[in-house]
Amino acid sequence: MTNRRRRGLATALRTPTGCTAALVLLALAVLAVIGPAIWGESAARIDVAHILEGSSARHLLGTDNLGRDIFSRLLVAARPSLTLAVLATLVAAVVGVPLGAMPTVVGRRTGRIVNAVIEFSVAFPAILLAIFVAIIVGVGARAVVLAIGIASAPGAARLTQTLAASVAGSDYVAAARLVGVRRWRLLWRHVLPNIAEPLILNLTLAVGGALLALSSLSFLGLGVQPPAYDWGRMLEQGLGRIFVTPVVALAPGAAVVIAGLAFNGLGEALAQAVGARPMVGRRAGRSVGGPVGSPIRPATRPASMAKAGVAGQDPVGSDTLIVSGLTVSFPTPAGTVTPVRDVTFTVAKGEIVGIVGESGSGKSLTALAISRLVPAPGVVTARRLQFLGGDVLERPSPALRRLLGTSLAVVFQDPGSSLNPSLLVGRQLAEVAEVHQGLRRPQAMTRAVDRLRAVRIPDPKRRARQYPHELSGGMRQRAMIAMGLMGDPALVVADEPTSALDVTVQQQILRLLRRVNTDTSAAALLITHDIAVVGELCHRVLIMYAGRIVEDIDVVTLAAGPSHPYTRALIASVPDMTTRRGEPLATIPGRPPQPHEIPDGCPFAPRCAHATDQCRVELPPLQPAGSGGRVACWHPQGTALPSRFSANGSRS
Amino acid sequence: MTSGPSAGQQAWLARRPRIRFLIRRLGHLLGSLAVLVTLSFAMIHLIPGDPVRIALGPKAPLELIRARKHSLWLDRPLPTQFGHYLQGLLTGDLGTSISAKLPVSGIIADRLPNTVQLAGMAFVVIMALSVPLGMVAAVLTRDGRRGGTELAFTSLTGFFATVPEFLLGVGLVVLFAVQLHWLPVAGKGGPGSYLLPVAALSVGAIAGLARIVRAETLTVLGEDYIRVARSKQLPARLLYLRHVLPNMLTGTLTIGGLLLAGLVGSTVLVENVFAWPGLGTIVVSSVVQQDYPVAQAIILMLGATVLIINTAIDLILGMLDPRSTILDS
Repeated sequence: MTNRRRRGLATALRTPTGCTAALVLLALAVLAVIGPAIWGESAARIDVAHILEGSSARHLLGTDNLGRDIFSRLLVAARPSLTLAVLATLVAAVVGVPLGAMPTVVGRRTGRIVNAVIEFSVAFPAILLAIFVAIIVGVGARAVVLAIGIASAPGAARLTQTLAASVAGSDYVAAARLVGVRRWRLLWRHVLPNIAEPLILNLTLAVGGALLALSSLSFLGLGVQPPAYDWGRMLEQGLGRIFVTPVVALAPGAAVVIAGLAFNGLGEALAQAVGARPMVGRRAGRSVGGPVGSPIRPATRPASMAKAGVAGQDPVGSDTLIVSGLTVSFPTPAGTVTPVRDVTFTVAKGEIVGIVGESGSGKSLTALAISRLVPAPGVVTARRLQFLGGDVLERPSPALRRLLGTSLAVVFQDPGSSLNPSLLVGRQLAEVAEVHQGLRRPQAMTRAVDRLRAVRIPDPKRRARQYPHELSGGMRQRAMIAMGLMGDPALVVADEPTSALDVTVQQQILRLLRRVNTDTSAAALLITHDIAVVGELCHRVLIMYAGRIVEDIDVVTLAAGPSHPYTRALIASVPDMTTRRGEPLATIPGRPPQPHEIPDGCPFAPRCAHATDQCRVELPPLQPAGSGGRVACWHPQGTALPSRFSANGSRS
Repeated sequence: MTSGPSAGQQAWLARRPRIRFLIRRLGHLLGSLAVLVTLSFAMIHLIPGDPVRIALGPKAPLELIRARKHSLWLDRPLPTQFGHYLQGLLTGDLGTSISAKLPVSGIIADRLPNTVQLAGMAFVVIMALSVPLGMVAAVLTRDGRRGGTELAFTSLTGFFATVPEFLLGVGLVVLFAVQLHWLPVAGKGGPGSYLLPVAALSVGAIAGLARIVRAETLTVLGEDYIRVARSKQLPARLLYLRHVLPNMLTGTLTIGGLLLAGLVGSTVLVENVFAWPGLGTIVVSSVVQQDYPVAQAIILMLGATVLIINTAIDLILGMLDPRSTILDS
C-alpha cells in the first residue's frame, strides 16, 4: 500500500503536469527562502521622486505610492504569503486531525456527534467562518491564519476520518482491539502511523487552498495590515490603480494563481497516478467505459455472398441469425488484441444455441457484437452478420433500429444492474412499444403489465409501478425477459442469465426461457460457462476457446461423446452423482492463453494430452464432423466418451 | 406529551420514510440554526478585552463608552441580553448600526435584494451551463474517444475551477472594462453592470460542476442498464435525457449543493471586487469598523442561508433517490 503510493508520487512527477507543478512549487519555496535577503532592500527603499509609476526598465512593474519597486515587493511577498498559508494549514491539522481521528477511538455515540459536527462545518463556507473569527480576534495576520486554519479544519477532519476509517476496518487493528489494546494507544500506535503518509501529502496540497483563501482575506482588508504585505494585500492596493496601471493589480493576482495552480496540478497528477490501475486481466467487454454503437464496419464483406467462408461452411438460407467470419479486436497500448476470431455459425428459427467457454474465451463479446453493443474502441468486422435478413453491420437505419429494438432481446448476467434504478419497471418495458411500435403511453403500459404477467410475475400491475430495487433478483430477471417480449422477439441473446441468481431461481429462469422459446418460437443464444445448463436447455452448443469456435455440436452428441479434447475435458470436469467424493474435482490443467499471446497453432495445444507438433504450429480449421457438427482439431477423439476417471488431463 | 410519540404514531412514521426523513432533516435545520443564533450572539462576548473600548479607541471618554454599552445592552446580565437578542430576531429588530446610526434591519432591507439578484443570476447561469456542458463533454469523450477534446476540457475547467473568483473578477475588469471599455468597472447600474460580477461568480463554479457532471455521466454511461437501454435502440434524446440524466443527478447535486453553499461566500468576495452595494461589501466594512450589530446580523443571515440551502439540497436528494438510501442515513 505504502509502496504503491510512493510509486504514485514517482509516476506523478513523470507526467508533464506533475513535473511542471513540482518545479514551480520548488521555485516558490526557494523564492520564499532567499527572496527577502536579495530583494528586501529594494522593496523597502522609498523614492518619493518616482511614486505610482508604470512599468519601466528600472521598475519592471512600476512603483507604489511611496515609490517602492513593486516587482521586488512581489518577490519578497512570496515569503509571508507562503508562510501564512503553511501556518494556517498547520492550524487546520492541529484542530482537524484529532477531531477526525476521534470517531475511531471514542464510543459510538460520541463518534456520531463528532461526525455530525464535521459534516455541519464542512458545508459551511470558509469565508463566513473567517469573517466570524476576524471579528473576535480583530483584523490582521494572526486573525486570518486562525480563521483559515479553523475554516479548513473540518476538511482536514473529514480527510483524517476517511483515512482512519479505512485503516480501522483492517485486520491488524481488529486484532489489536481484540487483545485489548486501549483506544488511544490504538490510535497512536496502529491507526495514525498507517495514515500518516497520505495525510501529510494531502495537507501539503491543502497549503495551496489556504494560500488562495488567505489572499482573498488580505484582499478584503481583513488580513495582513500595512506596513506588512502579502500578495493579497498588494492586489487590493493595486485594484485602486487598475485604470492607470492594471499590471500592478494583475501581477500579484497572477502570483496567487500560479501558486494555486501548481498545488492543484501536483494534487491532480498524484490522484491520477494513484487512482490509475493497470487494465490487464479485465475483460474488455465488461470494463471499458460505456457500451456504445462502436465503429462497427464491414471489413472484408465480398460483393458476392456466394464466396465461401471456412471450408464451404458459409451459412445460407432463412436462418434467424447468420454469423460469418466475425472478428472483434481492441487496440491497446501493447498492440491490437483480438478476443473474437473468425467466428462462424447460424441460429435457425426457434433453435436454442448455447455458447460455452471459460472467462476470456470471447463468448460474451460475440453476443455483444451480434447486438451492436461492443464498447468503443472495439472494432467489429465480419464477412456477414445478418439478423432476420437485416445487415447488423450497416449504419443504423430507422428500419434496422426498429428490427433490432423489437425482434432482438438481450438479457444480461446481473439483473440488479440491468434495470434503470430511477425509472419505474413498467416504464422501462413500455418505452420499447412507445418508440418502436408507436403505442401511446397508456396502451404501452397495459402491454407492459401484460408481458410481466406472461413471465409469471405475481401482481404485475403493482410491480409495473415499482422501482427495480423493490423487486427480487429473480423477478428482475423475469422483468428483463418480459422487456424482450414487448416486441416480436425472434432471438433472445442471454449472456449468463442465471449466474448472478440463486440456484432455485436459476431453474425458474431457465424454464421461463424455454417456455418463451416454445410459445413464441423465438430462437435463443445462451452464453454460459456452465456446460450443465447447456445440456438442460439447448439444442446445439458452440464451444469457444481463445476467441474461436473449437466445436459445434448438438446436445445429444455432446452427451454421447464430443470430438474435441477441450470439450471432453469440460464435460469431464462437471461433477455428478458418480464423482467420488474423496478424489479432488477434475480440472483442466493450465490456463487459457491471454488475448495478446495467442499462438499460431491450436491454442489448446499446450493444455492438450493429444497435442502433436502439427497442433503447435498449424491452426486446425473448423471442419464438418460426424453427426452434423463441426470441430477444429487435428486429432478428434472417438465418439465414446471414456470413463470419467481416465479423462485426459484431469489426473496429470 | 410526557410519553413521547405513541407506538401508533411511530408505526405510522415507520411506514412513511419520506415524512420521517423530512421531519428529521427539519429538526437538524432547527438545531443548526439554534447553534448559529447562539454563536452570533456569543461573538461579541468572545472578543478578548472590552469590545466597546477596542472599537472606540483607548482615548474615548468613559461616558461615551458607558452610553454605547447601554445602547448595545452590554451592561445587562447575560441571560437578559440573550433574551433581548432573541426577541429582536423574532420581531425583526436587529439593533442599530454604530457607524451609520441606522437600524440594521433597514440596511439589510436595502442591500439584500442586490445580493440575492447577483447570487440568484449566478446560480441560474451555473446550472443552465454546467450540466449540458459536462454531459456533452462526457458523451463526446466516452470510452477514451477524442483525446484532444478531453485534454482541452479537463485543462480549461481545471484552470477556471482553480482561479479564485475574486481574481477572475479583477482579470475580467482589466480586460472588459479597462482595456476594451465594453462594460462598467464597478457598481450597480444598468443590465451591463451585472455581466462581469455574474461571470466572476459563475465561471469557476461552472468549470467545477461541469467536471463533476462529466465524471458522473461517464460512470452512468458504463452501467449495465445503459447497455440494455442501447439494446432497445432508443433514440439518443431518450437515452440521454431519460436514462442518463436522472441517474447522474444525485451525485451531481450532492457536490453541487456544496458548491451552491460556497456561492454565498464567493458573493462576499465578488461584491467587494465590483463595489456591489450588497451584504458582502457591508459585512467586510462592518468588520473593519467594528460595527458589531451589522456584522452580527449579516453573518447570521448568510449562515442561515447556507444552512437552508444544505437542508433543501438534502431534501431534494432524498426525494429524488428512489432507493431511499439517503432517507435512512
